[in-house]
Amino acid sequence: MADTVLEVEGLRAGYGPAEILFGISLKLARGEVAALMGRNGAGKSTTLKAIMGLLPPRAGQVRFAGQEIAGLPAFRIARLGLGYVPEDRRVFTDLTVAENLEVGRRAARGHAAWTPERLFEIFPNLAAMRGRRAAAMSGGEQQMLAIARTLMGNPEAVLLDEPSEGLAPVILELMADAVLRMKREGIAVLLSEQNFDFAAAVADRAYVIERGEIRYDGSMAALDADPALRAQHLAL
Amino acid sequence: MSVEFSFLLVQALSGLASASSLFIIASGLTLVFGVTRIVNFAHGSFYMLGAYVAVTIVPWLLQIERSPTLFFVGVLISACVVGVLGVLMEILLLRRIYKVPELFQLLATFGVVLMVQDAVLHIWGPVDIAGPRAPGLRHGVMILDQRFPAYELFLICAGPVVLGLLWLLMHKTRFGVLLRAATRDRDMVGALGVNQALLFTGTLFLGAFLAGLGGALQIPRVSASAQMDLSIITEAFVVTVIGGMGSIGGAFLAALLIGQLQAFGVLIFPKITLVLVFLLMALVLVVKPWGLLGRPEAAPVSAMPEGIASPRRFRAFEKLLLVLALLVAAMLPLFGDAYAVKVATEVLIFALAAFSLNFLVGNGGIVSFGHAAYFGLGAYASGLLVTKLGMPMEPALIAAPLAGGFFAALFGFFIVRLQGIYLAMLTLAFAQIAYAVCFQWVEVTGGDNGIVGVWPAPWVASRIAYHYLVLVVAVLGIFALRHVIYAPFGASLRAARDSAARAEAIGIDVRAHRWLGFTIAGAAAGLAGGLYAFSKGSIDPTLLGIPLSVDFLAMILLGGMQSVMGPVLGAAAFHSIKDVFMPLTDHWRFFLGASIIALVLIFPRGLGGAYASLRARFAGGAP
Amino acid sequence: MTLLAVEKLNKKFGGVVAARDVSFSLEVGQMLAMIGPNGAGKSTSFNMVGGQLRPDSGRVMLEGQDITGLPPRAICRLGVGRSFQVAQTFLSMSVLENLQMALIAHAERTRDMLARADALFRDEALELLDQLGMADAAARPMNTLAYGDVKRVELAIALAGKPRLLLMDEPTAGMAPGERAALMRLVAGIARRAAIGVLYTEHDMDSVFAHADRILVLVRGEIIAAGTPEEVRANPEVQRVYLGTSGLRAALRARATAHG
Repeated sequence: MADTVLEVEGLRAGYGPAEILFGISLKLARGEVAALMGRNGAGKSTTLKAIMGLLPPRAGQVRFAGQEIAGLPAFRIARLGLGYVPEDRRVFTDLTVAENLEVGRRAARGHAAWTPERLFEIFPNLAAMRGRRAAAMSGGEQQMLAIARTLMGNPEAVLLDEPSEGLAPVILELMADAVLRMKREGIAVLLSEQNFDFAAAVADRAYVIERGEIRYDGSMAALDADPALRAQHLAL
Repeated sequence: MSVEFSFLLVQALSGLASASSLFIIASGLTLVFGVTRIVNFAHGSFYMLGAYVAVTIVPWLLQIERSPTLFFVGVLISACVVGVLGVLMEILLLRRIYKVPELFQLLATFGVVLMVQDAVLHIWGPVDIAGPRAPGLRHGVMILDQRFPAYELFLICAGPVVLGLLWLLMHKTRFGVLLRAATRDRDMVGALGVNQALLFTGTLFLGAFLAGLGGALQIPRVSASAQMDLSIITEAFVVTVIGGMGSIGGAFLAALLIGQLQAFGVLIFPKITLVLVFLLMALVLVVKPWGLLGRPEAAPVSAMPEGIASPRRFRAFEKLLLVLALLVAAMLPLFGDAYAVKVATEVLIFALAAFSLNFLVGNGGIVSFGHAAYFGLGAYASGLLVTKLGMPMEPALIAAPLAGGFFAALFGFFIVRLQGIYLAMLTLAFAQIAYAVCFQWVEVTGGDNGIVGVWPAPWVASRIAYHYLVLVVAVLGIFALRHVIYAPFGASLRAARDSAARAEAIGIDVRAHRWLGFTIAGAAAGLAGGLYAFSKGSIDPTLLGIPLSVDFLAMILLGGMQSVMGPVLGAAAFHSIKDVFMPLTDHWRFFLGASIIALVLIFPRGLGGAYASLRARFAGGAP
Repeated sequence: MTLLAVEKLNKKFGGVVAARDVSFSLEVGQMLAMIGPNGAGKSTSFNMVGGQLRPDSGRVMLEGQDITGLPPRAICRLGVGRSFQVAQTFLSMSVLENLQMALIAHAERTRDMLARADALFRDEALELLDQLGMADAAARPMNTLAYGDVKRVELAIALAGKPRLLLMDEPTAGMAPGERAALMRLVAGIARRAAIGVLYTEHDMDSVFAHADRILVLVRGEIIAAGTPEEVRANPEVQRVYLGTSGLRAALRARATAHG
């Protein structure tokens, strides 16, 4: 498929003796938003970390923009144009908003580069706190900063780990806007999510992961339209 | 009144001047640690190199014109040269050891210290070299009624200027922002596409540059000498630890504190200024285990621990080897000359000391960088009792383990509260306190010269008789410790090392057990020290020094810290090699340093590990 | 009989409330599961019972005795065994030695410097391993075991102290799917036979609904539901939290289409 930007096949990973992923396969098309859903502990974050090279994959292939990236160090993967926003945000708390963005800055490939000014359009409340240390920001503001920081690297695709976690409803809407804006800019997004409403509002495609394996792979609309299917995969 | 005030003012100013110098050096050390997580012993060597390069370059420049500008150009060139050496060290060595346990990192960088010491002696010779004074800053300035050197005033300004420039670098340049980000979260910086390797190389340039700058700025005050490295590195360690490792602001604060403490401490306790500094450090660490402005280190992930695993009993073959070794040690006086007997006696003593260290490091996971302190304190206890109180050898020898154990209990009380690198730094600090007391308390300890006339009792006065005494005591000591390793107590120490959380959850008081273990190891080292004092007939402060502590560590590394008897093998190999090589070459330090680095890089499991894998191969070949 | 009574535990980290008025009790022989989304405060509450964390206020009573704020080793000696989210065992030792170590600690002989540790409590250790079906692995080094077996050994270690209460933080995390059910069956069997109370947190809902007698649901540090598995499953509030339906959806959809 020519328009597949990220393709994962049979990915296995874990921590020390603990095995978390038992062969994950998924695809992300150019400009598409896909949601990786499942309960906590199912392996969502581990999947994203293994794709990003933050956790060495034990088996399987990861192809990004036509290139095999499994086993590459994270910085090489990032330089190829894959962005990553971690679950716990990991903004640099000692650094200001502007400095956090500076760390993420990388030259653009071909298209118009993201600048702090363009990002402040999407995240207006960051504009007012350019000089503020990230430690003094709320969780929602830190989440926006983490996304903005990744966009500064002008990625073609972004892995977004639990963007809605711990956010107030108002911020959630902003976050959904941000994801859709990324989509409009042609950036593909793979997000892990537990909040079904959030996922349903932004994603085109859905994957449900359970115990380190993909259990559902299909369109978000189909999952959304079928309560029985949803209950089967996501309910208690 | 005014005289007193002006005197105090000048004292405070000289405190500020030394604080400034100390900060410039320590800022580099703390910067390198913050980003790479490596505690770089060789930072002191960079400082020394800065001074040596400066005393070479600056006079040459001043021949062109005696201008202040050229003086400072020379200083900056020296710092840059040292910075480049730092880059070389990062590329050739540090890059290979970012992931190895911290003990190995410390040892490897100490290997660099040894190599640089020899290189300096080779290039610049053993005589101290006085540097030129700074043109334009040679005069004194009257402060109230006291004369104060202008260069010291300049130094007082230099510290804050460096702090300011560092602040600008860290906040106004992309490199600085990346450094600060990496200090907090290296992996995230990588996930954003930053090549950490380049960042680390840059950090080492900056760190070594600052050390070199610190050294070069000292040349009008002190002569360049081959002993500058170790004296400055301990002070720089103290500053970074008190300030919080990785915190530049903390280093500045700590340098100020220590500068003033030294300036005024010398008035009140002239004999123990060094002790005051280390006491301050111990105090700070007890109240704030991560230093004044430091942040807690992330808990280490659970991984297979480095050290003794399930200790197994001797195999028949090994029993045979053991009997053979004992026989050789016992028969040596019959076929060896006096020199061979002396070497064998020392090997036995060091074997006991190294074994006691591995009891801590290999069996307990407690990385002590100052084990020589307890060895030396045992030696001093015996030596002082015999020479000052006229006590006979026997009770004086019994006092040695008591002294070693007592001080190990005292220092260990604080030490076992800490973890990882802070723990290692505190063992080093306490060892330096003990060293400083023995060095500075001249009336009692004889200071640098030590004390002679520590002779054994008449019945063991001959080398051969004393050899047998050492043989019996050291072998008994080693086997007693070995037994403890196999006993529930030894197993509990291993349990606490493997997983402190699990050990606590099954009811083990981890801290109390580690404290007891530390005390026992200290007592055994003290016993070895006592034996050593009588074998030499003298004591001196080198018995407590860092180089001897490192020798002990090199012995257990060589023998293999995962093997129970490895340290004995390591002590024998290390001491014999050193004894054979030292007279042959003027560059034994260079070879020692290179060997330590080689051990860490290619042979990290030591002779014991090589033996085990050899055995495994044979077992695999013939099942 | 009430084994564990937790009364109004509160804990804040900085300004974040990790536990608010958490109260529950656990009967002898009962299995009580604590569930909730990430960051709900499960581990916090759990660690306050186990002694790893000291509560800001509230009490923890074990068989009528106040154990609030005691260190973990003291709580262990009062009959509380625990397993950790990432299994904590002695990796340098063999499986048998791990058990012997636990038994030595239980007998308070860890300062013994005379005996040979490998000769102590061998039979008891083997017996415990046998109970968990691990007797064959007794001689194997711990670091060669599969993670599922590591978890079993950890359970055996926790049982070596003859606990009356077992605390298990995500007992099946990191295990292969097939091993999870077996481990939980084992735990349930032991709990019933030995009349041990089990408090556990879990993400794996099969483990929860198959074995828990009662379930607590924590959200943002508060217990929002408690009861039998059937009651909890039927609770609409719980459904809402777990399905992630938050009422926001219509708003989001509307905005999304407006933008698109």
